[in-house]
Amino acid sequence: MKAFAALLDHLIYQPSRNGKLRLLADYFATTPDPDRGYGLAALTGTLDIPHAKPAMLRDLIMARVDPALFAYSYDYVGDLAETIALMWPSASENVEPAPRLGEIVAKLKATPKAAIPAVIAGWLDGLDATARWALLKVLTGGLRIGVSARLAKTALAQWGNLDIADIEELWHGHAPPYTEIFAWAEKRGPKPAAMAANTFRPFMLSHAIEDHEFAALEPAEFVAEWKWDGIRVQVAGSILGQARLFARSGDDISHTFPDVVGAARFDAVLDGELLVRGTGTNPASFGDLQQRLNRKTVTRKMLESYPAFVRVYDILFVEGEDLRALPWTERRKRLEAFMANVPPQFDLSPVVDFKTWDELTTIRASSRGAGMEGLMLKRRDAAYTGGRPKGPWFKWKRDPLTVDAVLMYAQRGHGKRSSFYSDYTFGVWSADDLVPIGKAYFGFTDAELKQIDSWVRNNTTERFGPVRAVAPGLVLEVAFDAAQKSSRHKSGIALRFPRVSRIRWDKPAAEADNLENVAKLVE
Amino acid sequence: MPSVPASNWIKVTSDGLHVVPGGFTIDPVRPVERAVITHGHGDHARGGNKTVLATAETLGIMRERFGPNSGTQTAAYDEPITVGDVRVTFVPAGHVLGSAQILLEYGGTRVVVSGDYKRRRDPTCPPFVVTPCDVFITEATFALPVFCHPDDHGEIGRLLQSLKLFPERTHLVGAYALGKAQRVIMLLRELGYDAPLYLHGAMLGLCEMYQRFGVDLGDLRLVSSTKPADLVGQIVLCPPGALADRWSRRMHEPVSAMASGWMRIRQRAKQRGVELPLVISDHADWNELLQTVREVKPGEVWITHGREEALAHALGTMGVPAKALSLVGYEDENDDDLTGATPPGTAA
Ligand SMILES: [Zn+2]
Ligand SMILES: [Zn+2]
Repeated sequence: MKAFAALLDHLIYQPSRNGKLRLLADYFATTPDPDRGYGLAALTGTLDIPHAKPAMLRDLIMARVDPALFAYSYDYVGDLAETIALMWPSASENVEPAPRLGEIVAKLKATPKAAIPAVIAGWLDGLDATARWALLKVLTGGLRIGVSARLAKTALAQWGNLDIADIEELWHGHAPPYTEIFAWAEKRGPKPAAMAANTFRPFMLSHAIEDHEFAALEPAEFVAEWKWDGIRVQVAGSILGQARLFARSGDDISHTFPDVVGAARFDAVLDGELLVRGTGTNPASFGDLQQRLNRKTVTRKMLESYPAFVRVYDILFVEGEDLRALPWTERRKRLEAFMANVPPQFDLSPVVDFKTWDELTTIRASSRGAGMEGLMLKRRDAAYTGGRPKGPWFKWKRDPLTVDAVLMYAQRGHGKRSSFYSDYTFGVWSADDLVPIGKAYFGFTDAELKQIDSWVRNNTTERFGPVRAVAPGLVLEVAFDAAQKSSRHKSGIALRFPRVSRIRWDKPAAEADNLENVAKLVE
Repeated sequence: MPSVPASNWIKVTSDGLHVVPGGFTIDPVRPVERAVITHGHGDHARGGNKTVLATAETLGIMRERFGPNSGTQTAAYDEPITVGDVRVTFVPAGHVLGSAQILLEYGGTRVVVSGDYKRRRDPTCPPFVVTPCDVFITEATFALPVFCHPDDHGEIGRLLQSLKLFPERTHLVGAYALGKAQRVIMLLRELGYDAPLYLHGAMLGLCEMYQRFGVDLGDLRLVSSTKPADLVGQIVLCPPGALADRWSRRMHEPVSAMASGWMRIRQRAKQRGVELPLVISDHADWNELLQTVREVKPGEVWITHGREEALAHALGTMGVPAKALSLVGYEDENDDDLTGATPPGTAA
């Protein structure tokens, strides 16, 4: 644990990408198996351990310190793991020696659930503050130390002199502690075995297109498709009933969508958008899809009320044949043929006909339907390349809607924003009252954050812990992708993807929008 | 003779702590007729007062900052002076050169105003002296249980270790110009680092003053009169604000370090873009604040600035009555820099 704690502690302060790569390479070179493999897993989010719930960790610390002092400290520090690590009382003399990361993983897997808190407490007693912090980060998942899974794999590739694409390709066929991959990187072993058919293949991703870029692009060389507002998924079908559904991260989300997975009894790998059925051929709003996400158990009622399906964009494999090197036009022919014979949990995303960019602009503007996020532009001759290659695919999001809202509450941010009031609840007028319609956390620059922060401090009317109520005086122009009906919000409206697009220092609060105006934007 | 309760003769005013029968204010935030100053930090010592009573070192520091001041009176440690009807004694606070606690005796009541203080050894100033009293007026800068300052030699050791690891990089150490910088220099000297140390121009005056008061800081040089190439592998000290400043661009791939008690909180260090946080503080940490109250054994505690609620709560559970004075104008010295400098990366 010591080596991994030191790594995290260095990584969190290391500003440069190259510095991070060097630290990671050092760790791989100097840490033995299986510890380094588990460390890599913790960094890439693939460490399969029973995660400690924040509530459980809170109980552990509350049993050891004054709860009021914990509350003051947590409010100040803003990060649970760090607060506990710093406050944990120094241990008495008889403590166990600091465990290795591999030992921690093994012990967690072997310990019955009820006994885990005591095991964790024993470890915390034996570690110093830095190692306690690192252990708590690992236990709670989400390290948030400025290292993406991609960067960790890049470091592995550079250190082992391997191709990152090779690592991505075989990654999901392997599990921590990745000893075969490390052996391969150290030239002690062969390239790890080919994967089973239903493993994850890296997605092909797009860049956002800017208005000025169209002039250089020939419309005839591109095809346009709708970009649906759901979750991009990869369906690895299986005739034997072992189909799997992967999210863009490579996470296996099969268990959440048994209706879709159960229907994927075919020998093909598809790329599409996971959606919930609405009226006619239109999908329901993202809010309905959200009802299906992050559920531990999927009830029958849920399956009936929010039936999921995949709108298919592309085909990667069929009957064992890898189609990814083919141009889009060829893959599309194969896809259309394939889609003629699939169950209703799958349908084909249509192609949008257009001749000129102007024509496409008009089409895009007139299509503010539910479940649409904009358009995709794909080169007709482009192969399906994992990653985010520059040039073949563009996303062209539709213009956001905006509303002038009044700042009502501000909350202290967490993490590196913990000393700033950075999370804003805003509202619009309903008669003489403000009704909250949403929250925004970003869309402003660092300099603007500082300005809003001091405005909040100078206009506070009430304080509730980390939240301040402010006088109605600051107007925020809030951009959002769609407005939806919502019974969970007092205003009856929920905004999709709200962000601050402009701070209207100039505008009197009384001139902000009212609820009626916003209600007209509901789709 | 019954004693006169402190609350009858010490008042919190918009100027600061006003001692009525003495006709003076301690660490006034606005110019007053008669000021009594605990130490030279900018939030405690300000210019423009008619008369000032302070230690010789503090008066020297104030002269360095605000220019010559008429009407000064020098206080020596442990020698009582009568001001109005109050007996005033300066007692070492262990915070920075010249820093003092102020013992006030009036009407049979003893009050100690701690100013800022620490309990650790500091080679640049005499240590804190425990002074029993009826009312102890304390700071609370680091009054949360998350603050537990590590051993300062250990922290300086990490700086030297980094210097060994990255001999091609200049180590730029942000440190408060009064007190922290000189303490860091002395700690380096104690660990056997006798190479020249390079200073940002803003630190020179105060370092020279320390030397004049007998603190031997060794070979000090100015960055501005050194070629950038000669700074490779050297230690440079600068005010915290200069770390992210244009000024630091002349260094080659600097490792930016910062010596402050706030560095204990990772996100704070990150917020400053600090690569090597050194947890070195001139204030008492949580346990030392509580320990100090236990040793001073006051009948009650008043809290001037910092995290008052947490300290008042903890003292309450110890059976010591405590109240927050809610004095305004006393910033935590480094906190000031924290909010004044680069905000976190929040651009969407
Ligand atoms: Zn001070
Ligand atoms: Zn202070």
